[in-house]
Amino acid sequence: MNAYGKVIKYGDNVDTDVIIPARYLNTTDKKELASHCMEDIDPDFKNKVEPGDIIVAGKNFGCGSSREHAPIVIKESGISLVIAKSFARIFYRNAINIGLAIIECPECVDEMDEGDKVRVDFDKGEIVNETKNKTYKASPFPPFIQTIIQNGGLINSIKNNAFGG
Amino acid sequence: MSAMTMTQKILAKHANLDSVSAGQLVLVDVDMVLGNDITSPVAINEFRKLELDKVFDKDKVALVMDHFTPNKDIKAAEQCRQCREFAMEMNITNYFEGGNVGVEHALLPEKGLVTAGDLVIGADSHTCTYGALGAFATGVGSTDMACGMATGKAWFKVPSAIKFELTGKPSKYLMGKDIILHIIGMIGVDGALYRSMEFTGDGLKYLSMSERLSMANMAIEAGAKNGIFEVDEITLEFLKEVGAKEPVVFKADEDAEYDEVYTIDLSKLEPVVAFPHLPENTKTFDQFDDIKIDQVVIGSCTNGRLEDLKVAAEVLKGRKVASHVRAIIIPATPKIYLEALEKGYLKIFMNAGCVVSAPTCGPCLGGHMGILAKGERAVATTNRNFVGRMGHVESEVYLASPYVAAASAVTGKISHPREVME
Ligand code: SF4
Repeated sequence: MNAYGKVIKYGDNVDTDVIIPARYLNTTDKKELASHCMEDIDPDFKNKVEPGDIIVAGKNFGCGSSREHAPIVIKESGISLVIAKSFARIFYRNAINIGLAIIECPECVDEMDEGDKVRVDFDKGEIVNETKNKTYKASPFPPFIQTIIQNGGLINSIKNNAFGG
Repeated sequence: MSAMTMTQKILAKHANLDSVSAGQLVLVDVDMVLGNDITSPVAINEFRKLELDKVFDKDKVALVMDHFTPNKDIKAAEQCRQCREFAMEMNITNYFEGGNVGVEHALLPEKGLVTAGDLVIGADSHTCTYGALGAFATGVGSTDMACGMATGKAWFKVPSAIKFELTGKPSKYLMGKDIILHIIGMIGVDGALYRSMEFTGDGLKYLSMSERLSMANMAIEAGAKNGIFEVDEITLEFLKEVGAKEPVVFKADEDAEYDEVYTIDLSKLEPVVAFPHLPENTKTFDQFDDIKIDQVVIGSCTNGRLEDLKVAAEVLKGRKVASHVRAIIIPATPKIYLEALEKGYLKIFMNAGCVVSAPTCGPCLGGHMGILAKGERAVATTNRNFVGRMGHVESEVYLASPYVAAASAVTGKISHPREVME
């Protein structure tokens, strides 16, 4: 599995209220929700995002509400991966449960700029900033979580009897 | 067997293990699975993919339609209908809507649905509130909720913990809300990320259950997985009063390991206000000048309990809300509403010129019932002051205790209760 795209960059503590404001949560329609992704922090997001793009952010990404709508709208917008210094814990597990790729890589965040082209090889655990010609190592998920991801999320893991067995 | 924290003991018991240690991944049995009108529809859609005709236990699922109710628009009504139909189809005992509904984290403890030693997951980040009762309770997403409803299980990484040893007697006007805001200001919004916050110490005896609930409620605002209070007489008394199941009390081992230990002398703390746009931006009253406000909200799962309304009534009795301020009071549950009515608090609020709302989350998340316009400022007893949380992206929310919020309603600027009361 790979990700390739340009970097869209944010700071620390990007919260779920700016990822998808609560005023839009009266629907579960993914397309409609995704049209408001990042609206309150970056009104230009929906014009600049292209399929495959990578969000790079500071610490505590996704803090706040437990709304799964947050990783859902990011995935639905075409973002292939979120790299952050750290993730808020509910966002972290939601991303895994719905199959949005995320990587914690504190050392590479400060060296990446908006627009850099980045390639990530998940199997090798390798992050390459092609624009800056720099390579980083990311630590792999523990096996239990890899099983969830390999099964395509938590619901499929239950279907495949890979959970609670 | 290694020494364990309170949290680790509860996780071990629910994983059917003798002991667990930090970092270990465990699969646990849950005692209650919670969802609301925003998160449940997503969970129900996921649950349907499993093609099951029943939930794991109809008495251990709670669906609380609190966020946009009474339904604010057609879409919100459709979401509640989906939940209602699901609850009927699955025979779910604990479905709350209409005249039964209150803000979920005020409602569940009041109904005796959580007891000490329980393990609760909820598709709402403030599920951590029940840690006040000596339970392990934590927020999860909708897919976890769906999985919990289907299997009665959840996966967790066993957290390490930070210990908060509370000592001393809080001074007049100091509430649990001030203590937790002070702690978040001290350790930051990610200060307890992935970890437990465990509260103990001889200062606990001065903290009512209502104050503990508002403190545990905000553990998530420090990034914590859960917050938990050591069980004492006050807890047991409360659990008995609400008719909760037999409590199971877990004490941390004497030699349990903590990442950090903070000793906090409650007698030294002052009321605080968290400035926009993070709960960690706390200031005491000597650190800022006059800040004019447009709205006050007293309510939510943090501070919408009877004691909070009592404090607000104490301040507002015989006084008037400043003419340029809208003061909105939201009792968190129907029971609290009724008690506030009987005790005369609601009359005091009405006479002061407040709006008294039916129980709902409403403005706390910028849903309805008190949305802010561009450039407006609110003092709220809620728990989040993120950008756009209560309305327009250029509006501001200041977090404070009910004492501070009520005093500010009277003066029209952010005020120490002393300013009004003395
Ligand atoms: S009152 Fe506010 S914080 Fe509490 S559950 Fe409702 S929206 Fe969430």
